[in-house]
Amino acid sequence: MDFFLQLLFTGVGIGAVYALVALGFVLIFRATNVVNFAQGEFSMVAAYLMVVFAVDLGWPYWLAFAIAIAGMALLGAIFNLLVYYPLRNRSYLPVLISTIGASIFLMNTVLALYGPQPQVLPGWFDTPGIQLGPVYLDSQYLLIIAVTLGLVAFQYWLFERTLLGKKLQATSQDKEMAALLGIPVAAMIMITFVYSAVLGGIAGILVAPVLFVSIQMGSTIALKAFAATIIGGFGDVAGAILGGFAIGIIETFGAAYISVPFKDAFAFLVLILFLALRPQGIFGERVAEKA
Amino acid sequence: MNARALPGLLAYALVAVVFVALAATVKTDDYVANILMQAATYAIAVFGLSIVLGLCGQINLAQAAFFALGAYAVGLGTADYRLPFWLCLAVGIAIALAAGALLGVSTLRLGGHYLAMVTISFQQILTVVLINAIGFTHGPDGVSSIGRPALFASGQAFLALAVAAFAISGYFVWRLPDTRLGRAMRAVRDNELAASAAGIDVFRTKVTAFALCAGLGGLGGGLFAGGFSYVSPDQFAFSDSIVLLTMALLGGVSSPIGSAIGTGLLILIPEWLRFLKSVPGLYLAIYGAAVILIVIFMPDGIWGFVGRLFRPRARAAPAPAEPLALRPAAGDGVAAEARGPGASGAGVVLEVRGLAKYFGGLKAVDGVDFSVRRGEVHALIGPNGSGKTTTLNVVTGLYRATAGRIFVDGVDVTALPAHKRTSAGLARTFQNIRLFRSMTALENVVIGAEREGNTLVEAGHGALQSRARAALEFVGLGSRAHETVPSFSYGHQRLIEIARALAANPTVLLLDEPAAGLNSSEKKALHDLLDRIAAEGLTILIIDHDMTLIAGVAEHLTVLNFGRRIADGETAEVLRQPDVVTAYLGAS
Repeated sequence: MDFFLQLLFTGVGIGAVYALVALGFVLIFRATNVVNFAQGEFSMVAAYLMVVFAVDLGWPYWLAFAIAIAGMALLGAIFNLLVYYPLRNRSYLPVLISTIGASIFLMNTVLALYGPQPQVLPGWFDTPGIQLGPVYLDSQYLLIIAVTLGLVAFQYWLFERTLLGKKLQATSQDKEMAALLGIPVAAMIMITFVYSAVLGGIAGILVAPVLFVSIQMGSTIALKAFAATIIGGFGDVAGAILGGFAIGIIETFGAAYISVPFKDAFAFLVLILFLALRPQGIFGERVAEKA
Repeated sequence: MNARALPGLLAYALVAVVFVALAATVKTDDYVANILMQAATYAIAVFGLSIVLGLCGQINLAQAAFFALGAYAVGLGTADYRLPFWLCLAVGIAIALAAGALLGVSTLRLGGHYLAMVTISFQQILTVVLINAIGFTHGPDGVSSIGRPALFASGQAFLALAVAAFAISGYFVWRLPDTRLGRAMRAVRDNELAASAAGIDVFRTKVTAFALCAGLGGLGGGLFAGGFSYVSPDQFAFSDSIVLLTMALLGGVSSPIGSAIGTGLLILIPEWLRFLKSVPGLYLAIYGAAVILIVIFMPDGIWGFVGRLFRPRARAAPAPAEPLALRPAAGDGVAAEARGPGASGAGVVLEVRGLAKYFGGLKAVDGVDFSVRRGEVHALIGPNGSGKTTTLNVVTGLYRATAGRIFVDGVDVTALPAHKRTSAGLARTFQNIRLFRSMTALENVVIGAEREGNTLVEAGHGALQSRARAALEFVGLGSRAHETVPSFSYGHQRLIEIARALAANPTVLLLDEPAAGLNSSEKKALHDLLDRIAAEGLTILIIDHDMTLIAGVAEHLTVLNFGRRIADGETAEVLRQPDVVTAYLGAS
């Protein structure tokens, strides 16, 4: 039982990271109808920025964090301008391929600049964790869970309680109508990309001390986050968060009780099961195209 | 096989034989031979992508995994189990085909993003298995001393075999677009809804495209394993799937020539740019950037770009076609009699009973009955939002009925999917025009003509073409058969849509607001066209708001309001009924 609770805690912690990245997926998907296959690379780049500023240059953690987040905002803006915007009037397929190209570009640029050696990023706190009864609560996992919950609350407030949020929602639901109502659609999409890049970046920085900082960390996280969005119901914010936690828990238990080398395959197996049995996900609804 | 294809086939065969002979005889050093071997086997896999991506508009990010299935089948089969090469190759192709079909079946009903993700997942799972199932796959060490067939034991002979396989699969992919299957794939790529309304089984077409793509991947992989005698998991990673995709995109997905160009370039360029590999990552970073640039600036790839410079001369207008026959053949009537009492009775061809369609709480159609009699022009009218188009969509199978039954010629079609209802004899047009925009007018109409169950068209290329031409001639566009859809005006595009439906030789023609957006002279032409169709004895169900048109062509009216039928009867009589007037003009 103690082992079970410990695994549950770890699963929720890692699931929170998937949930954050999944949130970034969903936001961009809702604004542009395109899945950004470079979403995971936002996490990877942010983690490397932290390594550069906090470890190599030895600057204070908070300062490195601020610089990394600013860098992610800039990257999100550039990404929108170079990868999405020129293709905005084409079908989803060219945009999808373009984001895959961007993913390969980002991964290998970092590889060329920093080399293939995985890096270590220390956690935010000096205290490694606290013992709560039979379960050891790692401080970094606690931080991840807390930040995720905080960001989810922030996002709820942003979308449901502010005018900017309403405009973003209007843009994601009907771009033409939003433009006719005087909403600057291009600016809204820009904000979405910047915000998604920052979300992905925060996820990467949070998870970096738990995993190694490596070139592949982004794509691994992103694939699972994507699986999370499908399990939750594509395009649904609550579903993405729930799906993220589900994937984290499933793979932690799978690794512990079934097989460690096949850990990364569990998420995909669950994904394929969902696609076969309940493709609309937990919360999703099938929408028919209008004739 | 038609007459026009024969000279092409001969020329192709000649070139192919020359290349195979060169590969079999010209002595090269190992380095060049390896590059050629890699190019030939990769190109076969890229052909597969040109089917899925170019013809059918779907994505496959796991082609390297299907390649791996072929390669490991040959590798493990010949090295570990001492099985003959040909058997292993066949098994490898079969496994790849089956895996492709299975992935397709699980995902292709959903949108393209799911497909992208599921193929990536499949790729990742396969890589994990290849590396970790060491007992079976030898893990990261890979499989060595892979066998070859006795006849092609030397490296040079095996290269000739690979080139021959490349040439044969290239011919297949080159010819595919003009076959029934190829046209169906292009129709699905251009407009899925219109494809299913034209009688194409969209899902099966996509799964077929996907399985063919995977099968070609398996073939390429099997030959690759024989050619290099060694395979390992890192040769077939996700990044290799991207490389294959980039080859297809760079060359141009619309043609096997593009695939060959893209493959050749992306195998040679890395060799020339070997110095870039001294910095790990630099080379692939350039690769990633190139993918974005190709997608933005060369959407049709190199071959598409070149092809636009040498646009083929406009083909001569086709010879005048035979007049279009719209009356069902004699045999059909007999068949209809045999189908049961509903068919013969009062000559009713389309019967709708208690039809309902709810969207959540909204009752868009709520218990509607009407019967369309054979040879009659029947109009369905009503104010905006009264449920006319929804009724049509339920009748043609785009929406599933909440309740009620639909009979065509006495056969209950309520449970059939859209394309089966087209086979059953329904053909429709759309309120907002849905044509296959990358194709010519003639190709659009040919797709209509080759619907399953079209008794007026015998099998064969010639009969289809002449039927399609006759339909275009009938609507007055016969001289422009070889122009692509975007060069036609809005009104003419409507006519092509009607020709597509007519070519299918339907039992009932369903027209959804054909007059919408037409100017007054186009409306007059449409009116004449409808009169001519009706004079041929074809049954028509029409929806429109233009009461002059409706009063002019329709013999029978069914009036809907708020999803319910408020009147039904002969046109002149119905138009005098007070509640019909109220529904249209408001209460006085």
